[in-house]
Amino acid sequence: MANKTAANEHHGFPWKHLIGFVLSIVLTLFALWIALGTDLSLTWILIIIFGFAFLQAALQLLMFMHVTENSTKSNLTSRVQIGNILFAAFVAIVIVIGSVWVMAAGHAKHDKHNHAPKTENHENHGSHGGGSEHDSGEHGSHE
Amino acid sequence: MKWDEFFVTGDPMIYGADVSIVLTMVGILFYLTKYKKWKWLWDEWLTTVDHKKLGIMYIVSAVLMLFRGGVDALLMRTQLAVPEAKFLDSQHYNEIFTTHGTIMIIFMAMPFLIGLINVVVPLQIGARDVAYPYLNAVSFWTFFIGAMLFNISFVIGGSPSAGWTSYMPLASNELSPGPGQNYYLLGLQIAGIGTLLTGINFLVTILKMRAPGMTLFRMPMFTWSSLVTMVIIIFAFPILTVALALMTFDRLFGSHFFTLQGAGMDMLWANLFWLWGHPEVYIVILPAFGMFSEIISTFSRKTLFGYKAMIWSMLLIAGYSFLVWVHHFFTMGSGALVNSVFSITTMAIGIPTGVKIFNWLFTMYRGKIQFTTPMLWSLGFIVNFVIGGVTGVMLAMAAADYQYHNTYFLVSHFHYVLIAGTVFACFAGLIYWYPKMFGYKLNERIGKWVFWIFTIGFNVCFFPQYFLGLDGMPRRVYTYSEESGWGPLNMVSTIGGFMMGIAFLVLVYNMYYSFRFAKRETTGDAWDGRTLEWSTPTAMPPFYNFAKIPEVTGLDHFWRQKQAGKVEKLTANELKPIHMPSNSGVPFIMASFFFVAGFGMVFDWMWMAIIGLVGVFGTLIYRSFEYDDGYYVSVEEIIETEKISK
Repeated sequence: MANKTAANEHHGFPWKHLIGFVLSIVLTLFALWIALGTDLSLTWILIIIFGFAFLQAALQLLMFMHVTENSTKSNLTSRVQIGNILFAAFVAIVIVIGSVWVMAAGHAKHDKHNHAPKTENHENHGSHGGGSEHDSGEHGSHE
Repeated sequence: MKWDEFFVTGDPMIYGADVSIVLTMVGILFYLTKYKKWKWLWDEWLTTVDHKKLGIMYIVSAVLMLFRGGVDALLMRTQLAVPEAKFLDSQHYNEIFTTHGTIMIIFMAMPFLIGLINVVVPLQIGARDVAYPYLNAVSFWTFFIGAMLFNISFVIGGSPSAGWTSYMPLASNELSPGPGQNYYLLGLQIAGIGTLLTGINFLVTILKMRAPGMTLFRMPMFTWSSLVTMVIIIFAFPILTVALALMTFDRLFGSHFFTLQGAGMDMLWANLFWLWGHPEVYIVILPAFGMFSEIISTFSRKTLFGYKAMIWSMLLIAGYSFLVWVHHFFTMGSGALVNSVFSITTMAIGIPTGVKIFNWLFTMYRGKIQFTTPMLWSLGFIVNFVIGGVTGVMLAMAAADYQYHNTYFLVSHFHYVLIAGTVFACFAGLIYWYPKMFGYKLNERIGKWVFWIFTIGFNVCFFPQYFLGLDGMPRRVYTYSEESGWGPLNMVSTIGGFMMGIAFLVLVYNMYYSFRFAKRETTGDAWDGRTLEWSTPTAMPPFYNFAKIPEVTGLDHFWRQKQAGKVEKLTANELKPIHMPSNSGVPFIMASFFFVAGFGMVFDWMWMAIIGLVGVFGTLIYRSFEYDDGYYVSVEEIIETEKISK
């Protein structure tokens, strides 16, 4: 049934997969080299390896995850495909931006001994309406 | 490492467990050898790719884990029954609440539901198996091996003790030395592979393998809830995978993602854990909702009220479930804005859930209700789950949460939603689909005893805990003082806990009793059901499920066919050979290598981990070069199978 037809479609050597596999390893090793083997500043290292991460994700989608696949037989497939991609983007944004927001706001910030601008600090402290919660170390670890 | 560090020593209860484990193993080996069952075990179960058998194995494992987690719970309740009890020491207590939580969520609730999904969903959509039967076997065996790896921790090496949430820095090498926490990381990691594969497998199965005519909006509600659950699994489980991997790096390879030193962020673990953990609670509740929908509709003799509203509310829940995770750690102190936003999203997610509750009530309205045991569990669910839901909204208010946080109020809340939601559903679903799996019903009279003892025990156990929480009793304390005044309510709670334990034993007795004495079903339609799984001519469907794939014309197709008196009889000339997948022992072997790799990493024995991983890759490569397209069941064999059964 489904297995059989699928099996018949894949003949020949899987060049796409091999190239994708090699490229993703190269990208990973390159990122490792940027982080450990160069004298760039932290900011630049982060920018570059983030760039590699996006490339890596695009590569995976293209080479392995059938992102361009489209069925002409039913429009259900393409609708599901679009829905999936949109939901994936939504979840990815929530995870990344949400985490940065949650971890950087309020008392969590103190954990890193990060001296943020005064105005922001003021806002965060105001929200608690009390001075008793300054011991942020205790908060971070007890929760 | 010396042998007395390898084996857990010093506690008479552990020695008792050692003895019982060895005796059980010897007993099983003896039975298999004496009755020459080894080949049967291998051919019928260990190598099977049949979704029904895999589902049964999931459920059997889950019931065993329910027993294990339940014993943990009773040990805790015994310790807490009176103030300053000396039954368990604090370390032992910590280990027990950690394994209780982890086992109940990861190794009991999820496999129980996935087991029922495995058995039922392909039948409900009129398919002969799942989209990837081989992958399904990999899913089961990685789950099973992950669970076993986690479970041996209490006799070998010591159990994790940092709570099922394993917050850093408590779960770090400094504060949780030894292999215990590694068991948590590796056990969950390996079982997580299985869950993720299940997610992909059933998503594809439901989207691609429905019978002709079954459009998305003609699918039974349980199938819909499974579909939405699989979407959540696919998007939530990678977060857990990554978080577990990072903590494993921290513990085994000295990285600093969540450590206190080296600019690690301890609370980032909590953040990532709950980014997975909140969708996870919807993963275990949505299939439960689906089952209750089926059961309430069947036993009210009515089509489900608000079918589309049910679906849209589930889709909303799926989206919202990724937007509420901070409510698990309001007290971290992210500030008023963050807490307010998550407070609002949390209250909002109660709305679609409320919609569903009303839909169930309206389904019953003016229905001809039959009070069978699955229906009793469903009714019990509505009442008790609402209590859990209301206290959930109380906890959702960030300002008030500072008061409830980490008290027994919270403990009681999540037991009210998880037991009254998921566990009630597991029991209801098990009883409802039991004749589909085994060919006979569980005894109804004993089943009603189970329901009443369990439900009363559940309320006696957990309702007092709301008041203990409001009175300030923190969770995860191994004892408390006489002066606290928490003694009497704790004693009541313990009595309720033991009632639930008794109900479990009666349930197991019911399985035995019904196996011996229950009347065998003669048709496939044990409950006068509505959906396709009841349309098979035999009580237990043959391995290919449907001799002829049904054609569906609308919602509750089978029910409407019966009403119109038009249930088709199969004739020999419409049969065609059926293409089925071959059994394979590779998934079992692959999972065994995962066990070797996991065990090696738990003890930081890298040589062993490498051997295990090489084995895993070996089985993957072997599979890649295996050209097995399955086999065909001949028409003669189908005729014979269908005739014998008639």
